[in-house]
Amino acid sequence: MDYSQFLVMHHEIGLLVLILLIFLFDTFSTKESPRGFSMFSVCLFALFVVAGFVYPWRQESAAAFGGMYAASPVMTAIKNVLNIGVLIVLIQSMKWADSEFMRVRRGEFYELLLITLFGMYLMISARHFLLFIIGLETASLPLAALVAFDKNRYESHEAAVKYILTAVFSSAIFMMGLSFVYALAGTLYFADIAASLTDGGAMLIVAIAFVIAGMGFKLSLVPFHLWTADVYQGAPTSVTSYLSVISKGSAAFAFFVILVQVFGPFYHGIWEWMLYALIILTITVGNLFALRQKNLKRFLAFSSISQAGYIMLGVIAGSAQGLGSLIFYVLVYIFSNLAAFGVISAIENKTGRVDMDSYNNLYSTNPKLAFTMMLAMFSLAGIPPFAGFFSKFFIFSAGVASGSMALYILVLIALINTIVSLYYYLLVVKAMFINNQEPCAIATFRSACSERLGMWICVAGIILVGLVSCIYNRLIDTAVVNTEYIFTIFAN
Amino acid sequence: MDKLPVMLYIIPSMIMFCCGVYGFITRKNMIAILISLELMLNAVDINFVVFNRFLFPGQLEGMMFTLFAIAIAAAETALAIAIIVNIFRVAKNIDVRDLTKMKF
Repeated sequence: MDYSQFLVMHHEIGLLVLILLIFLFDTFSTKESPRGFSMFSVCLFALFVVAGFVYPWRQESAAAFGGMYAASPVMTAIKNVLNIGVLIVLIQSMKWADSEFMRVRRGEFYELLLITLFGMYLMISARHFLLFIIGLETASLPLAALVAFDKNRYESHEAAVKYILTAVFSSAIFMMGLSFVYALAGTLYFADIAASLTDGGAMLIVAIAFVIAGMGFKLSLVPFHLWTADVYQGAPTSVTSYLSVISKGSAAFAFFVILVQVFGPFYHGIWEWMLYALIILTITVGNLFALRQKNLKRFLAFSSISQAGYIMLGVIAGSAQGLGSLIFYVLVYIFSNLAAFGVISAIENKTGRVDMDSYNNLYSTNPKLAFTMMLAMFSLAGIPPFAGFFSKFFIFSAGVASGSMALYILVLIALINTIVSLYYYLLVVKAMFINNQEPCAIATFRSACSERLGMWICVAGIILVGLVSCIYNRLIDTAVVNTEYIFTIFAN
Repeated sequence: MDKLPVMLYIIPSMIMFCCGVYGFITRKNMIAILISLELMLNAVDINFVVFNRFLFPGQLEGMMFTLFAIAIAAAETALAIAIIVNIFRVAKNIDVRDLTKMKF
């Protein structure tokens, strides 16, 4: 056996070592509340993030395990982007992890969270459906345990049961689709399936519909989105923020690879129109339901549903430009959504309030938090100087790049929907700055050092990522380099 | 020995799958929902094994997938049972109609 192939999967190996170190520290540290534990984990993970950037970026594609696992620059890029998001989530959750309730549990929290990240890495790099399924389940099962983490709150359990049942249901449907694909192609390798599928007829259509439905559950696209709001509301806020950005970003990338590489030849006949309908439904329904939410976590859940629709525009573009702008969108979405979640969790930790009415006149008591929230909302809505505008702009231009009339109409619908979304994002801003309610329900407080650090990173990201154009250029370049093999079949 | 035997395996497995979907949607007891999910997952396993055995007898990919799928299904069930036990401790009940605290 050639052991050098393990060097190809340096991100995975590094993460495993990190999980083991955290596990050992957790096991052998003194029983009584190791105060430095969360600091140790976060610093270790920060080192890992930096190492992911510094380690020389692989300029050629490489494979391991007989082609089941692949590594290429664009995968390194999406993994690094997810790493940044996880680091921010960990920093923001430090306060919660240091609380009295978490005293005996904080080890489990970090281990489970990082194992789901490991599963997402596998999902991203898989080139065989067996490895993909293992990654998918490694990513979604520990998340169910994390959703149920808050043992004393009833909502947490209710959310967990809703999450685990829908997750198993969706993976059963996904695997049923795979069994049809296997019957048609006789193999589960992505590239071989694409080469051996010629014209599947009705069975192939059913298979693709099942695969899209299964992934749609993970991404919370609209006919499959009903679990999202409940789970987001019930889960602990740190877990919710992880679920809304990291889980969604990795699933979107994997979805792109599956649709374009495996089912690329059937783009025009079959899945273009399925995805077309899904995107319109997702963006519109997500927006309409977000209008009537009063709980901020549910509000962000529906906003994240409609954002998933925008991310799917990169998939339907099906080009290297689409892939690059998808990764860029995920990066910007990480910063803006985590800024919003950072403010919400800081206020929730202090006062326990998550309803929009208690945010009335927040500016008078906590101006900095109100300002951060405003930046996050502007970025999510896509108001120009902030990063959210650029990510929407790039993903729209990727959508219309192929020049087909149908996609122009799709992008127009998405554009109209951004105006609708502007209304409800600005409702939050209006509540904080304009609604006059004396006194404000939330008293002035000073948030913890870790929370402030997390918010500062997010604010810097919101302001800088859009303006520093080399980030987008770099992503597009990596998306084009060495990903020809994804698009070769697609081209003809 | 060509076409008929494949269908004789596939039709029951598809019936199992549909029963699973039906049960998932209609049953009220969470344990019954979990059993329905198991039906669906096992139907997938049968599909893979049968397609492997009859359509591509020279290889083992489908069988391998089934082995892993069984292990994954077991992990899913264990976790779901644990969560349902937690619900039972809190609510003294495992009827899905009672999980209505969060709604839109």
